[in-house]
Amino acid sequence: MAATLEVRSLRAHFFTKAGVVKAVDDVSFSIGEGQVLGLVGESGSGKSVTGFSILGLVDPPGRVVGGEILFKGRDLTKLSEEEWRRVRGRDIAMIFQDPMMTLNPVLRIDTQMIETVLAHEKVSEKAARARAREALVQVGIPSPDERLRAYPHQFSGGMRQRVAIAIALLHRPALIIADEPTTALDVTIQGQILYEVQKLCREMGTSLIWITHDLAVVAGLADEICVMYAGRIVEKGPVDQVLDAPLHPYTKGLIGSVPSRNVRGQKLAQIPGMTPSLLSLPPGCAFRARCPRADAACLAEPALTRPRPGREIRCFHPHLVDEVV
Amino acid sequence: MGGGEEASAPTAGAPVPTHGAGARTPILSLRGVSREFRKPFDLAARLARRLGADIREEVVHAVDRVDLDIFAGEVVGLVGESGCGKSTLGRMVAGILPPTSGTIFWKGRDRASLPPGEAKAAKLAVQMIFQDPYASLNPRLRVGEIIGEAPLVHGLVPAAELEAYVDEQMRRAGLDPAFKRRYPHQFSGGQRQRIGIARALAVGPEFLVCDEAVAALDVSIQAQILNLFMDLRRELGLTYLFISHDLGVVEHLSDRVVIMYLGRVVESAPAEEVFARPNHPYTQALLAEVPRISNRKRAFAGVKGEIPSPLAPPAGCHFHPRCPHAMPICREAAPPLREVAPGHLSACHLNDRPAV
Repeated sequence: MAATLEVRSLRAHFFTKAGVVKAVDDVSFSIGEGQVLGLVGESGSGKSVTGFSILGLVDPPGRVVGGEILFKGRDLTKLSEEEWRRVRGRDIAMIFQDPMMTLNPVLRIDTQMIETVLAHEKVSEKAARARAREALVQVGIPSPDERLRAYPHQFSGGMRQRVAIAIALLHRPALIIADEPTTALDVTIQGQILYEVQKLCREMGTSLIWITHDLAVVAGLADEICVMYAGRIVEKGPVDQVLDAPLHPYTKGLIGSVPSRNVRGQKLAQIPGMTPSLLSLPPGCAFRARCPRADAACLAEPALTRPRPGREIRCFHPHLVDEVV
Repeated sequence: MGGGEEASAPTAGAPVPTHGAGARTPILSLRGVSREFRKPFDLAARLARRLGADIREEVVHAVDRVDLDIFAGEVVGLVGESGCGKSTLGRMVAGILPPTSGTIFWKGRDRASLPPGEAKAAKLAVQMIFQDPYASLNPRLRVGEIIGEAPLVHGLVPAAELEAYVDEQMRRAGLDPAFKRRYPHQFSGGQRQRIGIARALAVGPEFLVCDEAVAALDVSIQAQILNLFMDLRRELGLTYLFISHDLGVVEHLSDRVVIMYLGRVVESAPAEEVFARPNHPYTQALLAEVPRISNRKRAFAGVKGEIPSPLAPPAGCHFHPRCPHAMPICREAAPPLREVAPGHLSACHLNDRPAV
């Protein structure tokens, strides 16, 4: 299967006054047509910066300092600003956590959507309006003609996120990067959005990178999972394998931290300590200080290994013997 | 009051739910507690009214005649989506916000008519933990002052012993007392939440209201704080009202779960019962939507429709426009909370029909 996107050894660093922050450090993954990749991690793990890097949206003092981003075989890191502009929104679209990052509060929805269509295609305004209307229908917005004439503040949070998704869909992009798009929404509204997204990926063959801290959402949505910690992917694999038999102690700890019905009333298996500051990462494995399995070997940098087919980890002491989570 | 309200039985005569707890007096009970928020008329509206325009005052029934009993040592999970009134209810329980109508009983006595000394003790006995560990701590006070201020002001600890007392509170919440001269901004989100917990515990409360207390935290930190809550419960015999939109967290922690929708309690039952046999269609929908790690590559469905505006809630049962089982009566009359199984209350007209 030809990959829609292949990221190779991506590095994005922030050059701050306090020092260099390696927000994304040697990250590689690929995603095929119609596939859903879950990029999971806690705050500061570099999952959002990875998403921004793919779209060339890392702002100073940050920049992509290394690696390749191959989109349908073309390396995006070599693009000029003008070429970038043609890719963004047309071939690769992004959905943000806060839909108001996409929407302009003082423009009507139709103005914004038609503008987006015309930015990449030479069509009549009438045709553009029809496309906008069609996109609103696709994401399940009732009475689209009326809603096109409304302003963003007249929508609820869930409806705004739908509009943001509709805008992302306008050019039928091959890849959508979604950065925590349902985190701020209520459970029943999240269910509706996940339903629409799932349907679209299936029907249109869109590849999707779903960035989230919520393992449970990814469990229901993704084909593959990448778990990030301190700027690196520490574990990668098919969703069932990673969640049922995590190899990396961090993944295992993360799964154990999620309250579930199996451990009702018992203590959660907590990970001690907190995520380290990326400014002063100690040498070796970044998870070392919180890891129950850490020893002297972990003072060295763990390399990426493939202990099982389809699985990748960075760890000297993975949970290779099948253990019940 | 607000007009357009459906006729219903007077609150005073509402059956008192017992939750099968025998003759025990609940540590805290609510009877017909409501809270309205009104938007006062602005100048333009006042002028228009004087000229005869028909402008109604906007009234939000944030909490609408809620009855609730919480027993000592219990953890009650209060669940609902945005705008359902769960935080407003929590603030009334904590004594931060007075109810518009209804009565809150503390250990069987009306909290509003306690003599001053007891009223103060009752107030201190209920403390609140807030959602935002950034906004709920005074950035200009040192941690030691944040934690030590209340016990000193209320005369719980003599000034000479305050240092040692603050150290003990910090240790209990999992903080190193060496940090007590630091300011809140020098701490991470999880540690700040621990400061908030230490501050609440410093006045020796019996009852904690936790309003989305772990919602802002990362998963691994959230687990640490949840474990701390459970340890404290065992250690200090605390009672909790745990408010959350996260059903996973509530299921993990609670003995009993109360579910709210647009200001009303729609279901209340022991935790296992709610998750095994949800009765109300809203509860069923909510449970179906909870993402779980054990649910792989599933087809998401989604409850139809939006959460209605609390400014103009639908008549009758508030859930009827989204309910797959809605009947004509649901549009007209609000279903009362009634017992569908021992200790299991639900407000749904489907339960009016004879059992099939």
